[in-house]
Amino acid sequence: MTRLTINGQNHEIEVEPATPLLWAIREQVGLTGTKYGCGIGQCGACTVHLDGMPVRSCLIPVEAAAGKSIRTIEGLAEGGKLTRVQQAWLDHDVPQCGYCQAGMIMAVTALLERTPRPTDADIDAAITNICRCGTFQQVRAAIHAAAAA
Amino acid sequence: MSAVTPLERRITRRAFVVGTTATGAGLAIGLALPLSPRAAAAAEGAPEVNAWVVIRPDDTVVVRIARSEMGQGTLTGLAQMVAEELECDWSKVTTEYPTPGENVARKRVWGSFSTGGSRGIRSSHDYVREGGAAARMMLVQAAADAWGVPASECTAAASVITHRPSGRTTTYGAVADAAAKLDPPASVTLKDPKDWTLIGQPVKRLDTLDKLTGKQVYGADLKLPGMLSAAIRDCPVFGGKVARLDTSKAESMPGVRKIVRVGESAVAVVADTWWRAKTALDAVDVAWDGGDNTKVSSASIADTLTRGLDADDAFVNHEVGDAAGAIATAARKVEAVYSTPFQNHAPMEPMNATARWTPERCEVWCPTQNGEAALAATASAAGLPIEQCEVYKIHLGGGFGRRGAFHDYVTQAVTIARELPGTPVKLLWSREEDMLHGHYHPVMQARLRGGLDADGNLTGLHIRLSGQSILAAVFPQNLRDGMDALAFQGYWAKGDHALAYTVPNLKTDHAMRNTHVPPGFWRGVNANQNCIFLECFMDELAEAAGQDALAFRRKLMADHPKSLAVLNAVAERAGWGTPAAAGVHRGLAHFNAFGSYVAACAEVSVADGKDVRVHRIVAATDCGYAVNPAQIERQIAGSFVYGLSALFSQACTVKDGRIEQDNFHVYDSMRIAQMPVVESIVMPSGGFWGGVGEPTICVAAPAVLNAIYRATGTRYRTFPLKDHGLRLV
Repeated sequence: MTRLTINGQNHEIEVEPATPLLWAIREQVGLTGTKYGCGIGQCGACTVHLDGMPVRSCLIPVEAAAGKSIRTIEGLAEGGKLTRVQQAWLDHDVPQCGYCQAGMIMAVTALLERTPRPTDADIDAAITNICRCGTFQQVRAAIHAAAAA
Repeated sequence: MSAVTPLERRITRRAFVVGTTATGAGLAIGLALPLSPRAAAAAEGAPEVNAWVVIRPDDTVVVRIARSEMGQGTLTGLAQMVAEELECDWSKVTTEYPTPGENVARKRVWGSFSTGGSRGIRSSHDYVREGGAAARMMLVQAAADAWGVPASECTAAASVITHRPSGRTTTYGAVADAAAKLDPPASVTLKDPKDWTLIGQPVKRLDTLDKLTGKQVYGADLKLPGMLSAAIRDCPVFGGKVARLDTSKAESMPGVRKIVRVGESAVAVVADTWWRAKTALDAVDVAWDGGDNTKVSSASIADTLTRGLDADDAFVNHEVGDAAGAIATAARKVEAVYSTPFQNHAPMEPMNATARWTPERCEVWCPTQNGEAALAATASAAGLPIEQCEVYKIHLGGGFGRRGAFHDYVTQAVTIARELPGTPVKLLWSREEDMLHGHYHPVMQARLRGGLDADGNLTGLHIRLSGQSILAAVFPQNLRDGMDALAFQGYWAKGDHALAYTVPNLKTDHAMRNTHVPPGFWRGVNANQNCIFLECFMDELAEAAGQDALAFRRKLMADHPKSLAVLNAVAERAGWGTPAAAGVHRGLAHFNAFGSYVAACAEVSVADGKDVRVHRIVAATDCGYAVNPAQIERQIAGSFVYGLSALFSQACTVKDGRIEQDNFHVYDSMRIAQMPVVESIVMPSGGFWGGVGEPTICVAAPAVLNAIYRATGTRYRTFPLKDHGLRLV
């Protein structure tokens, strides 16, 4: 039995300890907002926060996440109220297909928690998620808007 | 397993109908209830006014969308088209997908479901607007009937019907029931474009909110009661098969329910979760028989194509005068050979489909660009009549052409589900499987020969293409006397992909050289390489003529005013002819593709001869009518990411008959740090419907290449640029 704390809730799950955290979140816990894109830590679609730090959950064994605080895209909007990042995404009409956006939003949320007013260089260094639709221009604008909000 | 309850709760009709996630009725049907969309809507007390429009008592307007939403905003654009004629309150519009099976049952009332070739809007604009107009007329008639007044005395706006003489009003929701019982009007008159109030407006997309909170369900996320998950490995050599299989270790691994042979070439593991299925699949020991195809390599393919450059067997598409003679007698001759590689679509969401099969019925839930094609694949694999099959479409995590003509993943899912009757099975490909089993952007080489007279005028041009035909592999019925006209995108004499230059002596021909690597329609299709070939060569010709690249082009474009207009627009906005910032160089390109006229001017600097920075791309498009300019701007910028990722970093190479690149670490895609500023000029000239999703992609690469040449003095003609040590920074 592995205990995961996700978005403030405890989940007791039966899972092989080497299972990537991504798949435990998606399949044992059932939160599918966190996406599978590559499985090798390249694309960032699986980004979640582990004790406040953005991580690629496809590379982290679930046992390494036990006892830590995990936040997923489902844990951002509390009581249905969008965070300033989500609101900026809505205002700027950022997503196209949207598949990568949960990971993108989690990466940006973590960036703004550490660097409230990021420069373009800060953004370039911190946001390395792949978006095949190519939403980057809107992403950058929305990050600056969220930072100013 | 604490998760099961919340997941199942999410798969309720309400969860799927709220917002614009579509498929609501479809999922409900799929789970239990054999209701058609009409019946499902009626069960909610919301009558279907006609096939396109359902109106709920609270005035919510549900617009039915037949085409797929895969990121390009098609759903929102089509809803704008219906709502424009419906005269409804846009803030009350939501959407849903009808199912392909319902389309069959209702004599294709929604027309084609195909979402590709940038046709989502331009090939359905008339009948979706007519659907909206007919619904409006029926709603007005119902109100008039209730009031006992002539419909001609009533007007509709923002979902409110007004009887002008009396000032009485009612709402669409109040009369929808009665309207649904009326016969549809015999004819409808569409608005004059000058009277549009919603088409042409940069309204926000309808499908954004759920994509920000994790609620949006993609195919990979689907969960059905009792569902199992499957992982698959297909022979990495195209056309090969399983030679030997040892599943003994995998059979006893956690969660494994069944190991299935899928056709002759693949093996799948079915387990209670996908990760367990994938883990067990990794433990399956399989030996492959790739046959003769194992002898094929990128070098052998390139050799075949190179020989095609001189071959006599070439299909001639566009011929004017005597190109060979004009070039032979030209004062100055210019020749260049270009080549472009295979590329995978690599949408963020790998291929997947969920199937439930019984001897009586087969249902599939999948991301697809063409629901009807998915339904056909379902019926074929299920061994059932199409009437006993159904497909429920789910938003795509990217398509780019991969999920339109090819439903290999559906065929596999159904084949696996047949081994477990009554149990839904979700097949999800790993990224590696996705990379190794694509339908790739075709390989092509081109030799271009041009002749210039003593004054530097282009007197003859011959473009010889040598390489794969997509149509020959995918839609051979669309070949014309063996010729693949689509191979000549941008070079046609007239039509959607017409050449934007007038050349007195011209020949374009194609030596078709097909390979065992399956080709497919990759965003922009053959416009990508054809625009690189032509527009880089035009710069080469201009240089040989000692002329400015813009001036040289303009002389050939007098008969192509729309092309000239977009080219002039980018040149003017970018400041062509004026000094750029220190170290920054400009490059131009333009093209006609998918019925639209597009141009770009790129501004580039190159550090140390290898680090390429694209500072800005000014892009113009004339797509005739611009349904949603804000979304068009996003398609331009987004398509440049797709095109420049390919230009700099992406090639699928072949070794021993198989693709070598198996994930993003060896098939890189642009990140935000590499993103140029894209300034879009949307300049619809009216009177025609051009595409949006694909046309613009092709101009980014040649514009950047022409700028790189000015920065470095080196003309790169083989790709990706990383093979030359260049990288996008």
